[in-house]
Amino acid sequence: MENEDIVIRVRDLVKKFGQFVADDHLSFDVYKGEIFGFLGANGAGKTTAIRMLCGLLEPTSGELTVAGLDGFKQREAIKRRIGYMSQKFSLYEDLTVNENIRLFAGIYGIPTRIRKEKTEELLEKLELTSARKKLVRDLPLGWKQKLAFSLAIIHDPSIVFLDEPSGGVDPVTRRRFWDLIYEAAHEGITVFVTTHYMDEAEYCDRVAIMSAGKIVALDTPEALKKEWDATSMDGVFLKLARSNE
Amino acid sequence: MMISVGNIEKSYGEVKALRGVSLEVKEGELFGLIGPDGAGKTSLIRILVTLLKPDVGSATVNELDVVKDFRKLRNQIGYMPGRFSLYPDLTVEENMTFFATVFGTTIEENYHLVKDIYQQIEPFKERLAGRLSGGMKQKLALSCALIHAPKVLVLDEPTTGVDAVSRKEFWEMLKRLQKMGITILVSTPYMDEANLCDRVALIQDGKILTIDTPEKVTQSFGHKLWAIRSDNMYLCIRHLREHSESDSVFAFGEYLHVTWKDQDMQADEMEKYLSDLGHTNVEVKRTEPGIEDVFMDLMQKHDN
Amino acid sequence: MKQLLGFIRKEFRHIFRDPRTMIILFGIPIVQLLLFGYVITTEIKDARIAILDKSHDEVTREITHKLLSSGYFKLDAMLDNEGQIDNIFRQGNVKEVVVFQDDFGKRLKRDGQANVQVIADASDPNTAQLLSNYTNAIVQDYLQKKFVNYKIPLEIKPQVRMLFNESLVGAFMYVPGTMALILIIISAMMTSITIVREKEMGTMEILLVSPLKSHHIIIGKVTPYLILSVINAVTIVILGNLVFGVPVRGSLILLMFVVILYIMLALSLGILISTIAASQFSAMFVSIMALMLPTMLLSGFIYPIDNMPVVLQVLSNIMPARWFIEAVKAVMLKGVGAGYIWKQLLIMAGMTIFFLGISVKKFKLRLE
Repeated sequence: MENEDIVIRVRDLVKKFGQFVADDHLSFDVYKGEIFGFLGANGAGKTTAIRMLCGLLEPTSGELTVAGLDGFKQREAIKRRIGYMSQKFSLYEDLTVNENIRLFAGIYGIPTRIRKEKTEELLEKLELTSARKKLVRDLPLGWKQKLAFSLAIIHDPSIVFLDEPSGGVDPVTRRRFWDLIYEAAHEGITVFVTTHYMDEAEYCDRVAIMSAGKIVALDTPEALKKEWDATSMDGVFLKLARSNE
Repeated sequence: MMISVGNIEKSYGEVKALRGVSLEVKEGELFGLIGPDGAGKTSLIRILVTLLKPDVGSATVNELDVVKDFRKLRNQIGYMPGRFSLYPDLTVEENMTFFATVFGTTIEENYHLVKDIYQQIEPFKERLAGRLSGGMKQKLALSCALIHAPKVLVLDEPTTGVDAVSRKEFWEMLKRLQKMGITILVSTPYMDEANLCDRVALIQDGKILTIDTPEKVTQSFGHKLWAIRSDNMYLCIRHLREHSESDSVFAFGEYLHVTWKDQDMQADEMEKYLSDLGHTNVEVKRTEPGIEDVFMDLMQKHDN
Repeated sequence: MKQLLGFIRKEFRHIFRDPRTMIILFGIPIVQLLLFGYVITTEIKDARIAILDKSHDEVTREITHKLLSSGYFKLDAMLDNEGQIDNIFRQGNVKEVVVFQDDFGKRLKRDGQANVQVIADASDPNTAQLLSNYTNAIVQDYLQKKFVNYKIPLEIKPQVRMLFNESLVGAFMYVPGTMALILIIISAMMTSITIVREKEMGTMEILLVSPLKSHHIIIGKVTPYLILSVINAVTIVILGNLVFGVPVRGSLILLMFVVILYIMLALSLGILISTIAASQFSAMFVSIMALMLPTMLLSGFIYPIDNMPVVLQVLSNIMPARWFIEAVKAVMLKGVGAGYIWKQLLIMAGMTIFFLGISVKKFKLRLE
């Protein structure tokens, strides 16, 4: 890949909280349009790493470039270039579909004159036009998920961070959701997925696995499965965990 | 029959959680209730453990009616709810002692049952339950659910949100309990866990899609299944769906799982179709269906 | 029985391990008592008054001196005529004006009667009431000591409440009130929160599926708070006695009986709230809105019931704290026996049975 295709560049990134090293010399690149999976058990240092990538935390040392912006000095600018979605907290359940769209368009500073047009476009794409006046809480989970994702990328960010995006939903809804993610990636948005559901990792182009503050594996799911002689990412994770004990 | 459910319906206001569910679990069986969030798993389980009353239909556990005989039944069921439901401000040992006392027994009396599991957390018995790791919390919860030597163990999504290692250990524990003669009903949203059960019920939208052994469930898949991939998965999905003969096209990890209306469709035909549309590194192979393929297939049949 | 004891032991562990609960249980009562005892009552310190002495004799001078040396009052002005009274109130400088009639001392000795008029600024009714009570009591006190051999009533009707409070300490009125407030907070709010917490955490599911009966759960939850509340009530009585010198004139056993009855009433309200509230937050909200505020405002604790609009007076009848405060005051300050407070006891007992009945009925054996 060419250098200009690197959207997230991480070199020897360290984050300490007092004596505790949450992230220990992380180094990796994420490319434009890639679906990048970031895995690890709770407490592995995942959350801290993502907060740095999102500009919410200043790293202790190392190099960090996100969407061409410096992760130390341009943290505010980074926040404007990224989108974020977690399954639980993204939408306001007591507002209608329309109101949610308008709200997020406003938050992300979409100019008023194209806001209306954008809203219609989005409603049509999600097949929600007839449900536009419905409260979000009354929508089926799958629709909420799609709406939340679409709103996370309403401002055409360079990168969208997804936190356990499809855990728990039925397999068909989950496929429909991944269809949307594939489409976003196809259009050039980099998708950064954090999850501890191993089967979600199977859908990613490449995955990094974190353990105890370090990246212990980084490759395509296929290569990882081959390397660890496993039939699923679950198996990879199991064997990795065992080898680290 | 250890558990027998007859045509149960349950609604919360306008929302129908269960629309006529029937199933039977044999004594000593490890039975899986498999379905996504909102399928009705928790409602069914709560009815079986006497926490809810069905609107329509009836159910018995160990020949006791879940509504009429709920007092007697409560002594015989071990129940582990979906969330971690122990006292985080009590120590491991205090939690165990409390639940033992509540059920009118002691840790010593039934120690043989929980020994395997409890020994793993016993070194931390002075620790507050809230400070345990996810896997250890689960072991404690399971120990507490077993402390009164129940005939039936009912677990609601015990492995949700737990890492892969702990999940595997947990299933091994269930297998051992089954060998001790305890009947186990466990629900899970993970389709891949179906294969660890003796029999499974696939549940979706308050209805049972099918009940059988995992092998027979996958054998029931009535189509040839193909695994297909290319460098551009997004376009690959779109192009295959645009094909007039394609039946279902779903992403399945790094491959797409595809079925055709025409069962005689050949691999080279598919490859040529994609290559002609400019796809590179096209790979097409036959693959065996999993529980998830069957689930999706049944789901769509039910919708139509 | 063993199950129940196990449950109670667990409940005590919850309480002793949670610093917040401990603070609410033991910190707040003490702070609140001291707060009400000191801060609120010291408003009466150095209240500015004016005196219109039409007599200027030995007696009026001595009474004036007594008033001003009591520490409660501070002289703002000596007035010359009645026309000034209105003006000085309007200026807002004084809270009270004391008017001695002419030939005050002479009349007192000759007729056994003399008039002193106490005019208070009633825009603040509580302070006005207190001030006039204090003034009356000081005058009374002076008369009793000065004219030991005379039987001379003054032409001023002292307030009934102050009659039993010679040493003029405001804390006397606040100790029963504080007790009413603290006991309702601890008993009702804490029990409702602790029951709802089990619902929120999901542990209630396991308790329900266990062979425990609902009365086990209720008694197990309530007993620790009953014990702690009694300890609290005793602490308040002792503290009131040591710090503020509030006496217990009546039977201590009767007092404890009143206290325990009131605690049971508050606990039954707590259980009732727990059957309605779905979250700890709403349990707290309901407790504060439905119990704490009305207790403070409508029980006669801070605002005298007699000064309330009729509607609120009627409403105060359903405040458990109202009856409790009446009963406690009667036992502590008047030293009466059970025969004098049977009405209050009966009302509280009736309320307890009523609320307990509803909550046991509403307490669910299942999740719906």
